Amino acid sequence: MTEYLVRFLIGGLVVSAFAMLGDLLRPKSFAGLFAAAPSVALATLGIAVIEHGAQYAAAESRTMTCGAIALAAYVVLVCHLLMRTRLRALAASLFALVIWLLFAFGLRALVTGEA
Amino acid sequence: MLVRVSLSSLKVARWYEYLVRFVLGGATTVFAGFIGSRFGPSTGGLFLALPAIFCASSTLIETHEIRRKREAELDGRLRGKKAAALESAGAALGSIGMLGFAIAFAAIIERSTAGAFIAASLVWLLVSVAAWYVRYKCRMTRI
Repeated sequence: MTEYLVRFLIGGLVVSAFAMLGDLLRPKSFAGLFAAAPSVALATLGIAVIEHGAQYAAAESRTMTCGAIALAAYVVLVCHLLMRTRLRALAASLFALVIWLLFAFGLRALVTGEA
Repeated sequence: MLVRVSLSSLKVARWYEYLVRFVLGGATTVFAGFIGSRFGPSTGGLFLALPAIFCASSTLIETHEIRRKREAELDGRLRGKKAAALESAGAALGSIGMLGFAIAFAAIIERSTAGAFIAASLVWLLVSVAAWYVRYKCRMTRI
């Protein structure tokens, strides 16, 4: 339980810090860089190194590359949905999460052979 | 000046919006950790790039633009969508940086923990800013 509380606090702080930095910067396309900041990764990998060691964190960061490529596909899709359909930001970003999941797991299956 | 700091968004933001982002950030980190411990690091690693926070931030950007326009008695829905789309375009470039972060971290972590965090963060910043700058210059040339 304590472990999850620590994760929650660290994750919340790191994500909020990057989000506030993004809020302060202009133009908006530059601020968008911070929407794809590795904030969850920084918090999770830090705890992973302490709990499980460097090898475990290395394994996580290797498949994180698939997640990052899926993220690129996800945000491009959200951008197109917002510009070309009547969907609002929340609906478009939630709908595209399905594509992120498919893309991330599909890429990992291609790269590692794991289903 | 290409990039500048603007405090106006802090004036528009409500306190509970910061709370939402804190809770969502914390919950996503707990979720990523849970997936890692339940299904192993290979699956857990995917969720380090989960765009859960992006949903909240793009919604907030849209809401802020609509609120700004409403104060001027205008309909800001289209402007809000455009602002969120612009942020998405920036996030697409940021995801290239995130890919750089993951590659650098995987390459260094087994040699140095501190070195991996510092180098991967620098790679993220440099790759993201470079990608944004190249896109900015290309757009300026087209105009």
